Amino acid sequence: MLDLGKYAGAVMSSWGVTILLLVLLGVITWRQSVNARARLKAAEDRRKARNG
Amino acid sequence: MTNAQRTKQADDRWNWLWEWANPVKFMALSGKVLPFAAAIAALTLVPGVIWGFFFTPEADKFGSSVKIIYVHVPTAMMAINIWVMMLVASLIWIVRRHQVSALAAKAAALIGMVMTLAALFTGAIWGEPMWGTYWAWDPRLTSFLILFLFYLGYMALWGAIENPDTAADLTAVLCIVGSVFALLSRYAVNFWNQGLHQGASLSLDKQENVSDVYWFPLVLTLVGFVALFVLLLLIRTRTEVRLRRLHALETRERMIDA
Amino acid sequence: MIALLIRDLRLAMRAGGGFGLGLAFFLIVTVLVPFGVGPESATLARIAPGILWVGALLACLLSLDRIFQLDYEDGTLDLLATAPLPMEGAVAVKALAHWLVTGLPLTLSAPVFATLLNLPGTGHIWVFVTLLIGTPALSMIGAFGAALTVGLKRGGLLMSLLVLPLYIPTLIFGAEAATRGTEGMANATPLALMAGITAGSIALLPFAAAAAIRVNLR
Repeated sequence: MLDLGKYAGAVMSSWGVTILLLVLLGVITWRQSVNARARLKAAEDRRKARNG
Repeated sequence: MTNAQRTKQADDRWNWLWEWANPVKFMALSGKVLPFAAAIAALTLVPGVIWGFFFTPEADKFGSSVKIIYVHVPTAMMAINIWVMMLVASLIWIVRRHQVSALAAKAAALIGMVMTLAALFTGAIWGEPMWGTYWAWDPRLTSFLILFLFYLGYMALWGAIENPDTAADLTAVLCIVGSVFALLSRYAVNFWNQGLHQGASLSLDKQENVSDVYWFPLVLTLVGFVALFVLLLLIRTRTEVRLRRLHALETRERMIDA
Repeated sequence: MIALLIRDLRLAMRAGGGFGLGLAFFLIVTVLVPFGVGPESATLARIAPGILWVGALLACLLSLDRIFQLDYEDGTLDLLATAPLPMEGAVAVKALAHWLVTGLPLTLSAPVFATLLNLPGTGHIWVFVTLLIGTPALSMIGAFGAALTVGLKRGGLLMSLLVLPLYIPTLIFGAEAATRGTEGMANATPLALMAGITAGSIALLPFAAAAAIRVNLR
């Protein structure tokens, strides 16, 4: 492992915070996408059932 | 050539751009572009980050803390650029009434807010060893805090209004007015802090004292963050387009039921 | 136009709330601060201009949702939209009415309240002058915020979130000019910049606010 000297805490925590935030953003984005897709599909199916 | 033909031709030249504005075409186009955006993001971000973290030397003044620029500078840059992108999208929505434009601005807001937050946190963490304190009312840090408040207000307004077209209009107006005031705040904060303690803080001017060893991986991560933004923006805008269609379907359903 | 102004002023007086409430709030903030920071007069005198500015700003914020809310609910705003007076003008007049019933009383009372904070003599003048120049911008920016949120049921809290960041430049220049004036330093630059913000807000924000109202009335 890389020796970061006396700034190890600062470097690791700032990288950690950024990665955590970006991963969180990614997860939220993905979940919203899956959710919207499912709900839209359900609505489209309802519409098809109604029309046909 | 008649005037009508000339405008027609001018239109044609930009058609590739406005194609994106049609929701159906946007979904088709963005679906095809998505894997490429993901590939570019992965190909620049991963090497850039690994290079920056493992293979850069320590700087004289900063020690290994110089490695923080690879997360601080890209997030800070994106925080501002995303607001500018939202401003452009809002203007396009107001002038040309393209749905996708308004939805893209909405989709970008959360990414921008996360970037601002990351820039603030990394700035504060870096400030501790450099300035001896996590928070100084340094003009740059303060400006980012203000920018964060603007993101917060913008997103809160989107969330509060039910009618999507009304929400798009009002948030666009807020974005334009907010941009002017954000810029004013930037100068006001500069002025305010100079007036209080002159030259008290240690300058962390990156652009000037960054040598090539740090610069190349930084450029790579910067490009990577832009690609990551494009990727996330496409996914989020696609979600918004779907939600918009869902809203239309549900409204119609309710009207038939009534 | 003048009829609208007089009508708004009369309504504000009669409803009771708008006129005295902001002033009372301002007084309470001024009284609370010494309890929070301690009674040393040197400390109080140093932070007095800032406290007075923040207090005036919050008191101004308190009555903002009254600018359009009642008119929106009873349909007056729809009438105004079809009236010969352009919406931009109506917005400006309403902001002016708000300033007359909140900004002006706040400005006039600030030098009196400054005594409670042990502000030295010259400070009273500068607090008065900066508030006089700055509060019209607060009313106009507030009118814009109120126009954005007029269609919402409980828009008050959201409006604060939208308006407060917009107040930052005015607050910085206003408080800075007042502080510098009190300490006897040159304060022409912040004063001029604040006046610029006020002028710019009055000239341009009515258009944005009127656009927001038209969207909300759609």
